[in-house]
Amino acid sequence: MNQIRSYTSRMTRPTNRKLGTFSYLPEMDAARVRKQIEYIIERGWNPVIEHVETDRATEHYWYMWKLPFFGERNVDVIFSEITACRKEFPGHYVRIVGYDNGRQTQGARIVVYHGDRRTS
Amino acid sequence: MSDSRYSAGVRAYRDTYWDGGYEPIDTDVLACFKITPQEGIEREEVAAAVAAESSTGTWTTVWTDHMTDVDYYKARAYRIEEVPADPSCFYVFVAYPIELFEEGSVVNVLTSLVGNVFGFKALRAIRLEDVRFPLHYVMTCGGPPNGIQVERDILNKYGRPLLGATIKPKLGLSAKNYGRAVYECLRGGLDFTKDDENVNSQPFMRWRHRFDFVAEAVQTAQHETGECKGHYLNVTAGTVEEMFERAEHAKSLGMPIIMHDFLTAGFSANTSLANWCRRNGMLLHIHRAMHAVIDRDRHHGIHFRVLAKCLRLSGGDHLHSGTVVGKLEGDRNAILGWVDQMREDFVYEDRSRGLFFDQNWGSMPGMFPVASGGIHVWHIPQLLSIFGDDSIFQFGGGTLGHPWGNAAGASANRVALEACVEARNQGRNLEAEGTDILKVAARNSPELAEAMKTWKEIRFEYDTVDKLDVAGVERVVQQQGGRGI
Repeated sequence: MNQIRSYTSRMTRPTNRKLGTFSYLPEMDAARVRKQIEYIIERGWNPVIEHVETDRATEHYWYMWKLPFFGERNVDVIFSEITACRKEFPGHYVRIVGYDNGRQTQGARIVVYHGDRRTS
Repeated sequence: MSDSRYSAGVRAYRDTYWDGGYEPIDTDVLACFKITPQEGIEREEVAAAVAAESSTGTWTTVWTDHMTDVDYYKARAYRIEEVPADPSCFYVFVAYPIELFEEGSVVNVLTSLVGNVFGFKALRAIRLEDVRFPLHYVMTCGGPPNGIQVERDILNKYGRPLLGATIKPKLGLSAKNYGRAVYECLRGGLDFTKDDENVNSQPFMRWRHRFDFVAEAVQTAQHETGECKGHYLNVTAGTVEEMFERAEHAKSLGMPIIMHDFLTAGFSANTSLANWCRRNGMLLHIHRAMHAVIDRDRHHGIHFRVLAKCLRLSGGDHLHSGTVVGKLEGDRNAILGWVDQMREDFVYEDRSRGLFFDQNWGSMPGMFPVASGGIHVWHIPQLLSIFGDDSIFQFGGGTLGHPWGNAAGASANRVALEACVEARNQGRNLEAEGTDILKVAARNSPELAEAMKTWKEIRFEYDTVDKLDVAGVERVVQQQGGRGI
């Protein structure tokens, strides 16, 4: 007979906040993030880095880091921009978005850094 | 009418309605019927009869034919083709002038195309296989109230299929206990829960109580997870006035989406509700109860691809499409054919998917196909591979049947889905590596590990009743000079 487990979810736990696609998987390391950047570039989408204070995470509009990186095909460039954004805003959530201008939508959107959430 | 004098009596249909040399024009509504005739009638005569009875004609000549220009208004049967591997029937192609149909009314189109002609004695059976709606006609219809891109923006969800579950048991729960089941699913990671189609406003759970408790469940789960949630509040009712009252209440509660059964309630009700949703910024989920009565028989009725096209014109943001892999009917290529009709801007003729015509949707928004029925975590790699991101997977039993409850079941599905999306983005082959992907994901999710243990052996491998007419597809496509796959 299986041991029944409670589904652990408490308002008081910061990890309880979900931030869209991939927030039910373990936090991404650099190698996994780079793979997703590759995917965005391969699809021809425009990579954009966005960040926000943790208490504003549910809002649609986050701060934009610089401008969308139109036409950028180099994963290293995008990754170093993410690193720079993290460094300047260590307490912020940081996400990378692949804007699909053909279909007028966001083809991918991945939170790649969770600020101080995991340690609070 | 070649003879301008009136002479009473019965004329052969083919004299007026068969035109083998006719080249359809861009504005024609084109239809392909599969016809099983009574014995002893020539094919051209049968084809012409179908064109006549579904347009201007009747069984005998009438003097008032001469008061109009029948040649201008009549439909024309213009082509006959063999049905691959089935000599009992043949395809007839009919072209209808666009003037025969009221703008923006799929009701009017269907009343002609599948009206009296379906009871015509000269036919043993007749099935409407496909319809080409000219772009001129498409533009007169409202279509989906929001469409896929707008829905994603409203829900703030990108880069993956959405997840849902139908609350069970279908009937008998109190409103408050029903709300509990909704809350548990949503807090565990689903995007949507759904009223079962049978749930309207029965004595055990009146609609208003259900809407109120469900709204609280949705809002609590949103607050808990920080993600946008919804429940398809079924507003289908015995009268359209009652439907609007329910829709208004759903909106007043701040709910993002309502639900409607387009065949049992009818196309007029559906179009009105879609218009209401467009005006009120509400999403519209469409269920398809009764479709199998109409579309399952291979020789008689209306093919589901036609019903799906009509629904896109009438309006809906989601439509149940079949799963390919679950407990309900559906041939893979045929499903992919009508899924294209739901989502794409332009769909090419492709006999291997049962598509008889090019179809231009212009700027009409697309609908999310909904895969629902008998599916669970083990199906996710294949579902993602088949349907892609712009789809909704609904795991009813596959969520609520989890040994640890709905929230754990929901979480298992969400983890499995996200693991598959990540793997696909990494370039991995989902159908070949699906088992590995899920097993690795389960290491970090006891809920997923438990779900995989629970459902491992379930399969639904009955043969499909409504198969595509596929044998000899190559030959037919070549004869057409048409496009390949």
